[in-house]
Order: sequence, then structure tokens, then C-alpha cells
Amino acid sequence: MSQPLIRVAGLGKSYRTAAGPFPALRGVALSIEAGEFVAIMGQSGSGKSTFMNLLGCLDTPSSGDYFLVGHDVAHLTQDQLAKLRNQTIGFVFQGFNLLPRMSLEDNVALPLVYAGVERQPRRQRARQELARVGLAAYAESLPSRISGGQQQRVAIARALVNSPQLILADEPTGNLDSHTSAEIMALFAQLNRDGITIVLVTHEADIAACARRQVRFLDGLIVSDLATPARVVG
Amino acid sequence: MFKAMLGEAWYAMGANRLRTALTMLGMVIGVGSVVLMMAIGQGAQYAVAQTISTMGSNLYILISGSTSAGGLRSGGGGGPSLTVADAEAIAELDGVSNVAPVHQGTQQLVHGPNNWSATVVGTTPAYLDARAWTIASGHAFSDSDVRSATRVALIGQTAADNLFGVDDPLGKTIRIRQSPFVIIGVLGKKGQNLDGRDQDDTVIVPLTTAQRKVFGTPFPGSVRLVMVQASSAEAMPAVEAGMIALLRQRHRLRGGQDNDFYVRNLAAAADSAAETTRVMSVLLGAIASVSLLVGGIGIMNIMLVSVTERTREIGIRMAIGARQKDILAQFLLEALMISIAGCLIGLVLGIASALVINAINDMVIVISGASVLVAFGVAAGIGVFFGFYPARRAAALDPIEALRHQ
Repeated sequence: MSQPLIRVAGLGKSYRTAAGPFPALRGVALSIEAGEFVAIMGQSGSGKSTFMNLLGCLDTPSSGDYFLVGHDVAHLTQDQLAKLRNQTIGFVFQGFNLLPRMSLEDNVALPLVYAGVERQPRRQRARQELARVGLAAYAESLPSRISGGQQQRVAIARALVNSPQLILADEPTGNLDSHTSAEIMALFAQLNRDGITIVLVTHEADIAACARRQVRFLDGLIVSDLATPARVVG
Repeated sequence: MFKAMLGEAWYAMGANRLRTALTMLGMVIGVGSVVLMMAIGQGAQYAVAQTISTMGSNLYILISGSTSAGGLRSGGGGGPSLTVADAEAIAELDGVSNVAPVHQGTQQLVHGPNNWSATVVGTTPAYLDARAWTIASGHAFSDSDVRSATRVALIGQTAADNLFGVDDPLGKTIRIRQSPFVIIGVLGKKGQNLDGRDQDDTVIVPLTTAQRKVFGTPFPGSVRLVMVQASSAEAMPAVEAGMIALLRQRHRLRGGQDNDFYVRNLAAAADSAAETTRVMSVLLGAIASVSLLVGGIGIMNIMLVSVTERTREIGIRMAIGARQKDILAQFLLEALMISIAGCLIGLVLGIASALVINAINDMVIVISGASVLVAFGVAAGIGVFFGFYPARRAAALDPIEALRHQ
């Protein structure tokens, strides 16, 4: 009896604005099984970023239910949410969001610090993940010394270091050229083949095409939910 | 985890060295001035305590009552109410360690062509013990000198310098009121008393000799002053009560009658002097504490700036799993490190400047371990107190807002 990794029902979120409450999400229902590779698409203002924040346990819904690996997120404390973000979810951002003062190894190891892992295993696992994204040689460098594409690889290594079940990527290729974007997407595809569930937000059709399922948002609602036609992904 | 956070706090401090150094400077000045001011204050207290101890400790002075002749009242000590027998009786009381009847006045001293006016004290050997007065050379006179009224004298250093210059006064003769006195001892140096009077400008002679040859009292058995020393500070109240009761009984005073003598307590004068310096050192400490407070506010200010600057970093940390208390601890640790580092440097500078002051003039400086500990504790407290609000603000940030922050 397998439950979906992510199950949302009637999910709503409204923001208070000067002109009264603004509903960013208006009752979204979606299930994502473990091992899926889902692209969330939509124009800006469609509610896809709000949806991602809710999925990432960075925000709490105004209405509706969200179950992540069976946990009812609405009833978790701040500390429990932090633990989910630390151990179940890995984040990849558009702006890479590495800490500029730290070496790449320390950046990758940071989630392990919050998980309470000792220094030696921390270093070891960080090196391992850096090797997985092909940057083991740069472990001691600072983020400013490497290219954008490499920084995003480090960010992915950081997302992977705590062996999460789910990777949430918010416009991960938005700041990259098309060649580098393709490399990053190939990396995601590889991770997905290794069994990690990936949900990525994008507004570029060719990026979304790398995923196996495409969910399209418009005005706070899901307007389409289709499997990507089979094709060879580079 | 803690070690990792310590390392991060260290990096954060190093990220903006000038700013960290300036923030620390506030603490350095604060702690340094507290340590220095406390050292000066405690030094002053120590100096006063030294002066007080030269006057003799736990002393009472009994002064005979005044007389009235033809409407003219003498001051205290004018009447013949206290006697040597009274003094001997008081010496028998519990808790009394020394009793010395005293007859003193200013007299002209003559030695060869030199003459000098000094205080002449006629008393018994117990006086030297009560005043804790040492003999620098020669020896003191004895009770038998007092009984037989020998003409011997002990001379203080100031009087000796003025009469004899560089010569050794031992064995020489001085004349007081035409009577020759042989100097058998030179008193140790005491310096000024609390009134600023030179205690070394003194000659001490046997009481009986003083009364017969120097002051010529019409009441040979009576004295103006009796110095009474209690064995300890705790014994003083009992000694005072016992001695008053004894004297009233001996003088046959009835219930309603006033005492025909006065009791002065030297401890009261000493206490007020000690209190003055204590107030001074508290005042110095309070002024210095203000600079410590300003240093603390400086830390708070910089930590608030730091939280604002690092909002995005805080958002990233939260997204990858930092709990609110992790963020709180991180910023608190940074504030604590700045204040403790500042405190250590301040301690070193404060102690160094106290030692320099001590070296270039004779001011007494006392650095106590307690004041150092207090300064350190206060600095740590300031780090936590002024670091808490910025850290709390960082921890309470909304992760989404923080991530969006540019």
C-alpha cells in the first residue's frame, strides 16, 4: 500500500494586500508519486511560486490539506517543518544561493550541520556529493571563483547531501545559458533515474520537456496536467 | 554542531574586520575603564585603610569633663574627672587590650642651639601598643620609668630631624621646659593622620614626668585623656558600655546625672573616611560602567546591521533546515564572541594602564581578581543582553521574505 509522496487537496493561499485579500492559489489538488519528475509551468502571477513555497514547507496554506510523506504539514511545528526541509526536501534556487564566504565543501555540508552530523562524516559526505556533480576538485574554492553553471551544480550537491526524497527546483536554469542549462537538466534527469522525486518550476517549454509530467498553472488553478510525450533526453 | 557554529561566528567576524574591530573597541574601552577605575578606587580605599591603621585600631579616647570657674567653662579635658586609677580599673574589663592615660600638649624642645615646637605626650608604655607604634632604634621606657618619673623621652622622626639633623639622637639630651630628658628611643615613622597632622612631630615621655616637669598639673593623679583599645572590632560595643558603667560607678554619678567625661570613638572617624573613598570608587565604577553600556549598545547596533545585511543568508539557512533556535544561537554567539574578545583585550589594556600609572607615580593601585571576574561576567552578560534582540529578529524572519531579499 503505497501513499503518494505529495498529496494536496483544496489547497488555497491568499495574501493580504492593500486592496483586500488576494488569492494566489484557489483550491489546488495534486498528487505526486515517489520517483516522478514533474515540471510546474505557468506565467508569473499564476501561483506556481506560491505552490512551490507551500510544497517546500516554507509557507503554510490558508486552506486545504498538504500531506508530505504522510505528514499533515498544517499541524507541524516550526521545528518539525525545519526538519522536513532539512531531511526530506532539497532546494535548488534560480540564484544558486550559495553562502559566499564559505568554501564549496562547507556550503554543501551546511545542511548536515543543522542535522547534527559530526565533522568527519560531514566532510566525507560533502566531498562525495561534490564528486557526484563533478566538482570534487573545487572543494576548497569559494563560490565566487567558479562559473554559474558550476555554482548550480554545487547547489544541487547541497540539496542532495542529506539524501532527500524530494528535490524542489525553482527556475534552476533561469540564470544560465542554454548549453549549461542542458547540462543541469541532464543532471536532474540522472538524479531522477537514481530514484529521487524532482519537482521543478519553469516557464521555458524546452526545460519543461525534460520532465516526464507537466502541470500548468493559471490564475491560481491547475489548468492542465499531462505526461510529456516520450523522447530521448540529452 | 557547536564547534561548527563557533567556526562560522569566527568567519563572520573576519568578514568585516574593520567593523568588528570598531565594535570591539567599544567593549575594550568599556571593560578597560571599568578595570582601571576599580583599580584606582580600590587603591584609594587601601591607602585610607593604611592611614587609619597608623592611628591604631579599635580605639576609644576618654576625655575628662569640662570645669566651670566664675562662669567660664573649659572645653573637654579641662576638668580633673579622669584619674590614673580609672584607667587602671578600665584595664581590668573584659575585651580591653590596652589602656593608656595621656597628658599631652605642645611644648618647645631645645637641643643645643636648635629649638622646635612639638607635641609632648606623657603616657605609659601601653600607649605605644595601642597606637601600634614601633621603635626604630633604642628602646621604649618601662612602667618603672613611669613609677619613678625618670626623665627619658622617645622622639618622633620629624622632631628628631629638626633638632638633630643628620645626627643620631640616641643618648642625647633635650630640654623641655628647662628639664633635661635623655632620648632613649626613636619612634618609627607613621606619616600624617586623617586630619593631615604630622604624627611624627611628637615626643613621648613617661606620664608622671610629664605631669611633674612639663605640664605641672595641680591634680597629679588625674589625666585629661585615657586611650582605651578593645581587643577586636566585635568587642568594641561591650567595652564602651562596660567602661561607661564602670566610670559612672567610680565617679558616683546618679541616674539622672550626665557623664563627667566624654567618649570618642576613633573608628567613627575612620569609618567616615573609608565611606568617602568607598563612595568615590563606586562613583568611578559607575562612570566606567556607562562606557561599558555604550559598548554594548554598539554591539547591538552592529548586530542589527549584520542581520539586515545577511537576511538572504538567513533565508537560505532556513530553507536548508536551520531551526529558529539555530539562527538565534548563531547571532547570539557572534555577539558573545565580539564582547568576550573585546573584554579580554580591555582587561589586558586596563591592567597594563593601571601598572603604568603605578609605575610613573606613587598612586596605590589594587587589581583584585574579583573586579576582573566582575568585568568579564558583565561583558558576557552584555553580549547576551544586547545580542539577543538582533538575534531574535533574525530568527523570527519569514523564510520566503528572507529568500526574496536582495
